[in-house]
Amino acid sequence: MSAGEDIPASARPHLPRGVKLKRDEARGGFALLAPERIVRADPVAAAVLERCDGQRTLAEIVDDLCVTYRGERGRIEADVRRLLADLAAKKMVRL
Amino acid sequence: MSEEADKTPPAPLGLLAELTHRCPLRCPYCSNPIALESREGELDAATWGRVFVEAAALGVMHIHLSGGEPVSRRDLPDIVAHCAEAGLYSNLITSGLGLTQALVERLADRGLDHVQLSIQDAEPDSADRIAGYRGAHARKLEAAQWIVATGMPLTINAVIHRANVSRATKIVALAVELGARRVEIAHAQYYGWALANRAALMPARAEADAAWAAVEEMRIALEGAIVIDHVAPDYHARTPKPCMGGWGRKTLNVSPSGKVLPCHAAETIPGLEFWSVKDHSLADIWRRAPAFNAFRGTEWMAEPCRSCDRRTIDFGGCRCQALALLGDARATDPVCSLSPHHDVVGRVANRDSVSDAAYRYRAAPRSFEKA
Repeated sequence: MSAGEDIPASARPHLPRGVKLKRDEARGGFALLAPERIVRADPVAAAVLERCDGQRTLAEIVDDLCVTYRGERGRIEADVRRLLADLAAKKMVRL
Repeated sequence: MSEEADKTPPAPLGLLAELTHRCPLRCPYCSNPIALESREGELDAATWGRVFVEAAALGVMHIHLSGGEPVSRRDLPDIVAHCAEAGLYSNLITSGLGLTQALVERLADRGLDHVQLSIQDAEPDSADRIAGYRGAHARKLEAAQWIVATGMPLTINAVIHRANVSRATKIVALAVELGARRVEIAHAQYYGWALANRAALMPARAEADAAWAAVEEMRIALEGAIVIDHVAPDYHARTPKPCMGGWGRKTLNVSPSGKVLPCHAAETIPGLEFWSVKDHSLADIWRRAPAFNAFRGTEWMAEPCRSCDRRTIDFGGCRCQALALLGDARATDPVCSLSPHHDVVGRVANRDSVSDAAYRYRAAPRSFEKA
C-alpha cells in the first residue's frame, strides 16, 4: 500500500493549532511553521495545504486541484495522499 | 575582516529572546551564564516589540521566548502579542512555574503558537530535587493540562543526566500521557551552570548509551502519536554537533538587557565584541557586529577543519566547547575524532561520571526566596 491510501475520501484535513503556512518574504515561496520546525513548502505542497481548511473533503480538494492544474486525477490524488500522510505522521496535519 | 565575512550572510530563521534571567527553579544543568543579568537592566515590552519587527524584516520566522523563566515577566502577554503583530511564530519556553490557567488562556488569546514545558524527571521527588524546588513537578503537570486544554501544541522538554538517565523512556511515556504533540529528550550539554555542575551531571557511558537506544526504539513505536526529538550526549560522540547550525548562519540570541549573541554561551569567549539592540538595528548587528563575523563561514578555521569534507556540515563544531575543554575557542571542537585533542573528552567524561560532587545550585533570586 502506498502512503496515505487509507485516508478516507471524506476526511477534512486541516492544520492543527500551532501549525501555519506562511509566505516567506525574505527567501521567497512558502514555509510551513510548526513547533521547532520550519519546512519549505514547494508550490504543489502550498497549493494543497492552502485548501486544507477543515471544510473541504479530501475528494473536494483533489477535484479542485484537478481543475486548477488540469492534471490527471489519479496522479494528483496520489500526490495529495502522500503529502498528507507524511505531514500527519509529523503531527503537522490533522485528518 | 576577510572578504567572506563582508558578504551578506543568509537570513536568520530563529531568534531566542531571553526575556529575563530570573527563575524560581535552580536546575544544575541550566545554560544561563554564571553571571546573571539583573531585573533592572531588562528590555521593556515596547523595545522587544521593535526587535521583533526588525527580526521579521530580516527573515526570522520563529521567536523563542525564553529566560530564565519568561513567565516571571508580568508583561509577557504584551510581548506575545508583539510577536503575533509582527507575523512571527511564537514559542514559550517555560518551567511552568508562575503559570495559572487564566494566564495560559490569556497567552493563547494573544496569539501564542506553542509552549515548551520543561520537566526534570518522571519521578516527582527526584524531579523536585533536580529543580531545587519542592512541589515543582506537580505544578508542571497541572500547567500541562491547562496548555493542552487551549489547543496549543505542547512540547515536553527534559534534559537527561545522571539522576534521570535511567528514566528517559518513562519521561517520553509521561509526555504522551500529558497529551504533548512533541517531546525533546536532550542529553545535557555542558555550558554555563551545567559546565560548573558537570561532575555531578555526567552519566556513565553505558547508561547514556542504553537510554539513547531505548528512546530511539520508542520513536518508531510512537510514530504518528508523538514527535520525538533526541539530542545526543556530546561527550560520547565522534563527530561534533553543528552548533547553532553554524555560527551566525541561522539564529540569534538576545540577552535580557539587549545584547545580541550568536549563541547563549558566546559571552564566555574572550575578546568578542557584542552589539546591543539599544544601539544598532538587528539587521546591522546580524551583518556587521564583530562577534557575528568572528567565526562565520570557514575562513577562520585551522586544520584539521580547514580542509575537511565536513567543514560546511558541522562548521568545526562548537566554539564554546572548544574553549571550555581546550582553552582555545578557535580550535576544532575536541568532540571530533579528528581533533588532536579528542582523548580529552573521553577522559573528562570518565572522570566526571564517577565523581561524587554535589549540585552547585544557582542562587535563588531575591524575589523568589520565599516562594
